[in-house]
Amino acid sequence: MTSLGTRTTPFHSRTAPLVRGHAWRRWAGYVVPAAYDLIHDLEYAAIRGTAALIDVTPLFKYRIRGAGAAALLDRVVTRDVRRAKTGQVLYTPWCDPDGKVLDDGTVTRLGEDDFRLTSAHPNLRWLHQNAVGIDADIDDESEAVAALSLQGPAAREILGSVADRDVSKLRFFRATQARLEGIPVTLTRTGYTGDLGYEIWVGNDRAEALWDLLVAAGNPHGLLPTGLLAMDVARIEAGLLLIDVDYISARLALIETQKSSPFELNLGWTVAKEKRPFVGQRALEAERNGGSSWAFRGLVVDWDSLEALYAEVGLPPQLPSAAWRTSTPIFDGGRQVGYATSGCWSPLLKKYLALAHLGSVHAAPGTEVEIEVTIEHRRKRALATVTETPFFDPERKRA
Amino acid sequence: MTVQIPRTWDAIVIGGGHNGLVCAAYLARAGRKVLVLERRPLVGGAAVTEEVFPGFRFTVFSYVVSLLRPEIIRDLDLPAHGLNVVPLESTFNPLPDGDYLATWADPEETRRELYRHSPRDADAYVEFGRLMQRMAMAVKPILGISPPDPGSWRPKDLLAMGRLGKHFRDLGEKELHALVKLMTMSSADYLSEWFESEALKAAKSASGIIGTFLGPRSPGTAYVLLHHYMGEIDGVFRAWGFARGGTGAVSESIASAARSFGAEVRTDAAVERVLVEGDRAVGVVLGDGKELRAKTVVSGLDPRRTFLELVEPASLPEELVSAVERFRFRGSSGKVNLALSELPNFTALPGMGPHLKGAIAIAPSVDYLERAYDDAKRGEFSRRPFLDMVIPSMLDPTMAPPGKHVMSIFVQYAPYHRNGGWDDASREAFGDAVVDTLAEYAPNIRSAILHRQVITPADIEAVTGLSEGNIFGGELALSQLFFLRPSPAWSDHRTPLRGYYQCGSGTHPGGGIMGASGRLAANAVIADGTA
Ligand SMILES: Cc1cc2nc3c(=O)[nH]c(=O)nc-3n(C[C@H](O)[C@H](O)[C@H](O)COP(=O)(O)OP(=O)(O)OC[C@H]3O[C@@H](n4cnc5c(N)ncnc54)[C@H](O)[C@@H]3O)c2cc1C
Repeated sequence: MTSLGTRTTPFHSRTAPLVRGHAWRRWAGYVVPAAYDLIHDLEYAAIRGTAALIDVTPLFKYRIRGAGAAALLDRVVTRDVRRAKTGQVLYTPWCDPDGKVLDDGTVTRLGEDDFRLTSAHPNLRWLHQNAVGIDADIDDESEAVAALSLQGPAAREILGSVADRDVSKLRFFRATQARLEGIPVTLTRTGYTGDLGYEIWVGNDRAEALWDLLVAAGNPHGLLPTGLLAMDVARIEAGLLLIDVDYISARLALIETQKSSPFELNLGWTVAKEKRPFVGQRALEAERNGGSSWAFRGLVVDWDSLEALYAEVGLPPQLPSAAWRTSTPIFDGGRQVGYATSGCWSPLLKKYLALAHLGSVHAAPGTEVEIEVTIEHRRKRALATVTETPFFDPERKRA
Repeated sequence: MTVQIPRTWDAIVIGGGHNGLVCAAYLARAGRKVLVLERRPLVGGAAVTEEVFPGFRFTVFSYVVSLLRPEIIRDLDLPAHGLNVVPLESTFNPLPDGDYLATWADPEETRRELYRHSPRDADAYVEFGRLMQRMAMAVKPILGISPPDPGSWRPKDLLAMGRLGKHFRDLGEKELHALVKLMTMSSADYLSEWFESEALKAAKSASGIIGTFLGPRSPGTAYVLLHHYMGEIDGVFRAWGFARGGTGAVSESIASAARSFGAEVRTDAAVERVLVEGDRAVGVVLGDGKELRAKTVVSGLDPRRTFLELVEPASLPEELVSAVERFRFRGSSGKVNLALSELPNFTALPGMGPHLKGAIAIAPSVDYLERAYDDAKRGEFSRRPFLDMVIPSMLDPTMAPPGKHVMSIFVQYAPYHRNGGWDDASREAFGDAVVDTLAEYAPNIRSAILHRQVITPADIEAVTGLSEGNIFGGELALSQLFFLRPSPAWSDHRTPLRGYYQCGSGTHPGGGIMGASGRLAANAVIADGTA
């Protein structure tokens, strides 16, 4: 064995020939397509208009089984795992003992004593550290299980045409075992786009067959293999957080101010009240009662104000061609009151959007703030309005 | 009675090691007329590059750089004087079972590699790195200041103690706990709290024993680990790097900077002793009897030479003399430098590869390291020693003739106080033990050796003057650091003799190619207005 280099996913033999622009992105030690075409606009359009097929294998996946499986996960995450029904999926963050977010992901209850946890960062050690005295087997399935995300309005129909059961019955954030033309998979009605969609979990050995099947079934519906650049725009529209971009794991923070609690990330709804003890509970209850100093909100940049700034230099407004992730100051009057961590032009909503950390006093929807924009090498401030997220929340997502 | 010789020098620095040169450069930069006197024909001391065999340039003693203070690099503009450090991006530790443990520049690639050995350690490694980084951030401010004397009531010291106290109070509870552990535990115990893989524990604990006469299970070695993390936090170098031209090029760049500020650097100029009049140092006497006068004399040698040899100990306070007499040197390291006809071919990872451009170590288990230490405790060199290697010609091809290579092997343990002392026969036997050890992992090494230079602690002492061959000018142990380096009340680079200062690595913060001692000593001289 020699130097390990970067890994490719089990779909690589299928994706690689399609990546026309040689645009790859590194994700958790893998390379996956950033965009297939030279410009990712049509891939984005597939997410919102037809169906997009996205390789999400690099997610970390842990299988937790045994009599204490529910107890272990319940101790780790902020949501109430014991109340989850078999076949239910929970989106949840998890915290350090100070109530600062370590990571976020999903918990799927595959059976009474059988769960899958997905995460953005490795969590094997954390799970083991919290499993002391609990009867649960923790199995790192990250390398054994591949995953595809099928997102978009046509996703249900495509899946329905190959599934051995009626997928239209699968509700939002539910899971089921199924066979797709004989390929055994786990289906979850989840995704990172805020649209109608599914994630399909498959053993590595059947990964290529699954890809071929979905591409063939999806073709008549306009399915497009889609890269991470397009998904990044969709997830901002959906107001979904990205670790390392929108927040820093408390595990990796070098100073306290780099950490965030779930409340400060607009995830207060995930912190279960009246739940058995879990990591960070005391700190979180105190914060729930005492309030948080930070909030995480959407911003819509005011078009007229942006246009006026560009007009000053004789240009029409220039829009970012892809989502950005550079920390950008937010002001109120002369004072900095926060910072935006992601932003994009929404091709669908025709709005310039950003996700921002704001001091709580500036977090009320409707509050007017200013966002720094660089226009012809000069820093200016455009008006922006604080809004609730998601920016885009189609009915079909849950229907 | 005495004939008044015109005072030509503001300051004379004894010893042209990198610290002496840094001190001289800062003094010259502040407008002082400075003379550096170096005994050897070349400057650098333990940081020299020499063409020991035609065409083969060896980094004779020290071989890698990371601790060199960024402010020194900036203040002296060392890159303009030739400093060019290439990162050592990987570590590669071949193991006896034919496998290996590596770390690579890319964190994800490292994670995958560690995962092969222990999935949990792969996670822990990242968190451990973060904690050590936070700890280094907490301790680092200490490196840039002269330690206050905790027993003093001078306002300056009280103020400084107060600031330090506040600094530690500001640390988080977790940091404070970790700091206490680092200060008191052995590196093996400390690492066991984090990792389960033997190979990883051994690889990490090795940096806790470098330059000490301690084993990985000896309390206090955990702190030395942290010392080695200091270099990583400023982002100037990524971990350890190799200076093009070897560590001698680092010294040359500092000497060049010193000269550019007007300092004179004289080689082949051994100082016999410091001229003292009353309680004042007024110059030096050279080996040939010649006297040179200066307002200030700075010793760049280790504390034993500074206080017990260059001046009359009787002229010093008793407590200082006995502290220096007790100061532990106990050199424990040697070096083997090889001229090679071809690259070593490691069984665990055969052929040419990126692993040959990084650090390579033989440290397969904590037990192995501890056994190596057991030999040393009994007064023998380790039969199977810890080896820390780089192949400089892989990073700078000018170090060897085209197609040929040089290999630098740092070895522990080689006790200075070897039973029966060191002679030619024991030196060669020591060299054989090193080559035999390496050959177990890279069998072609024997036939690849064109020349070999074996350096015992006695050789280190004889050539550089570092007492008992201690590579750090005094053991890097907690009892010999900070305000105890080299002795309480005299850790601020001053001495009881007016006009006499100390800047060697036996002073705070000491140890390694850091330059901090040289800079702090120059600051003290300038602050006192003595030169
Ligand atoms: C084998 C070995 C390996 C090492 N590896 C590393 C490494 O990889 N990385 C690292 O950071 N550190 C390493 N070190 C430690 C580091 O090299 C030293 O801590 C540092 O170089 C010491 O610098 P110094 O200026 O304080 O003293 P020295 O370098 O010892 O300089 C003292 C100078 O004084 C001269 N001198 C002595 N007596 C007289 C006299 N009477 N008159 C005039 N001149 C005199 C000597 O010739 C010498 O040039 C290593 C050391 C050794 C020995």
